[in-house]
Amino acid sequence: MTDIDETLSGVSAEDVPGAGLDARLVVDRGAFRLDVALTAAPGDVVALLGPNGAGKTTALRALAGLVPLTDGHLRLDGAALDRTPPERRPVGVVFQDYLLFPHLSALDNVAFGPQCQGSSKAEARAQATEWLARMGLADHAGAKPRRLSGGQAQRVALARALATCPRLLLLDEPLAALDARTRLEVRAQLRRHLAEFEAVAVLVTHDPLDAMVLADRLVVVEHGRVVQEGAPSDIARRPRTDYIAQLVGLNLYRGQAEGHTVRLDVGPVLATTEHLSGPAFVAFPPSAVTLYRDRPSGSSARNLWRCEVAGLETHGDQIRADLTGELPLAADLTTVAAAELDLHPGAVVWATVKAAQTHAYPA
Amino acid sequence: MTTTDKSGAVTLESGSPRRRVPRGAPLPLLVPALVALAFLLLPLLALLIRAPWRSLPGQLTSPEVWQALQLSLITATAATAVSLVLGVPLAWLLARTEFPGRGFVRALVTLPLVLPPVVGGVALLLALGRNGVVGQWLDSWFGITLPFTTAGVVVAEAFVAMPFLVISVEGTLRAADPRYEEAATTLGASRFTAFRRVTLPLIAPGIAAGAVLAWARALGEFGATITFAGNFPGRTQTMPLAVYLALQNDPAAAISLSLVLLAVSIAVLAGLRDRWMTAAS
Repeated sequence: MTDIDETLSGVSAEDVPGAGLDARLVVDRGAFRLDVALTAAPGDVVALLGPNGAGKTTALRALAGLVPLTDGHLRLDGAALDRTPPERRPVGVVFQDYLLFPHLSALDNVAFGPQCQGSSKAEARAQATEWLARMGLADHAGAKPRRLSGGQAQRVALARALATCPRLLLLDEPLAALDARTRLEVRAQLRRHLAEFEAVAVLVTHDPLDAMVLADRLVVVEHGRVVQEGAPSDIARRPRTDYIAQLVGLNLYRGQAEGHTVRLDVGPVLATTEHLSGPAFVAFPPSAVTLYRDRPSGSSARNLWRCEVAGLETHGDQIRADLTGELPLAADLTTVAAAELDLHPGAVVWATVKAAQTHAYPA
Repeated sequence: MTTTDKSGAVTLESGSPRRRVPRGAPLPLLVPALVALAFLLLPLLALLIRAPWRSLPGQLTSPEVWQALQLSLITATAATAVSLVLGVPLAWLLARTEFPGRGFVRALVTLPLVLPPVVGGVALLLALGRNGVVGQWLDSWFGITLPFTTAGVVVAEAFVAMPFLVISVEGTLRAADPRYEEAATTLGASRFTAFRRVTLPLIAPGIAAGAVLAWARALGEFGATITFAGNFPGRTQTMPLAVYLALQNDPAAAISLSLVLLAVSIAVLAGLRDRWMTAAS
């Protein structure tokens, strides 16, 4: 493992087989164990999505070399990086709160990397000027970080990470420190910059919207494990854990499929349009649920459950009702409908879902 | 914290902002508090009252005083420089690394803070004296003798002053976010470069405060200096030693010298206060 030489020669190895990221990150931290496999080709943007404490940031720090691997491997463009110290890895990091050096101007923050890599001060500053211009920050080159807005600081941090010409760009919750309005704008800019980036980018987020807008591929991490990965649209349509289902706003159940029905593990049988057999998931959106105060007489008995309202909350211009009973589920209805049904916690309702609005897929 | 005047020129008066009127203070607390205040201020006041103001200019420009003052300033500054060069890395080691017995090392470092300086002087003699554990080799190999030389004064002062700097810098380092160093290493900086270009500028206020504390401590150092370096005018006789000697045969001169040291102390306090205020804002 002569990592250093291989690393440096690997920098321009885009067409070489093994280009991109190939990692299995195993990090033991007391009772917590992270075990995540990640692969990505140059140009890919991969989002590690998961709840707080899932180990996303640990994975990122392991990629950067800030946390040693307990086991596994890490190869970037064919070069093994497991034992390479962080300063020798061709990896750039945008930290959650940016960590811009407060005593240096925006320009010198960006010039820091090139200078550490051996550029003269003048060269480094010239490169930094170019990067800041590309980020639309030419006017703020001389500003100290505390004078920058959140969005500007984020772009300086991105420029600083990109100025080292990394083969792997890591972004830790890149939008978490921003307020809602700035976020929208910065997300769009970041998407553009990531699209231009020719090497591998891995970003960590707990926000499904950030993940879906910014990434080509999602890797969902829970309790230190990958629970699902794939294209954002696929994950949004076919969630495989309650966490993801909740993130993408679907009711999700596991069960055994027999033809056009799925016997759910929680009890009821659900009619679907897909023809399946064996272990399966069924998902449907809360808006597909219709609620009745009295048992609807005319409707067929399929997909009809007696439930009790556990809680109500506003959800955009809708009311979301959390239901318990035969089948725990979330239902969306209009404020008017909620008022007409006289919904309140403890109220008994009948819930139906049309088979056509459910989606069943093999587990 | 009130925002008292930033000039710092009248530090003694405005040094402790008292917003609470002692109206509500119970007597058992108020009386001892006032006694304590008087106890602390009276000696300084006496110094000002009894100062030979008329002969002061002559006293202060006498060659002996000038010599002692010069020696004090030079040795205190040199001792501070030694403390900075050796103490900042030690503080970094204590704050940023894990090694077995770190707590014990830290306790050892702070020992000179509580050790009677005379004991420190004796210990230095035993270590670096002509027949000392290390001193004998310094003498026979390099022909270096430290005791009773100006360099010896610097050694004695640094021994006593360095812990102040180490403790101050270590505290600042612990308060500083170590993730800035991590950010620097991801940008290609070695750990030393990260320290030099990121950490050092970030903790500069703490280093400055520690240096001023160490300098003031070195300037007032008496016990270790007189034990290890003796009391030779022009060579090892610093201001505090000169004050002590003058008190025996020329009390007026002792007062004048003391006034100079008092002025320096006030200036240090003012400087520190300013530093802390700018660091806080």
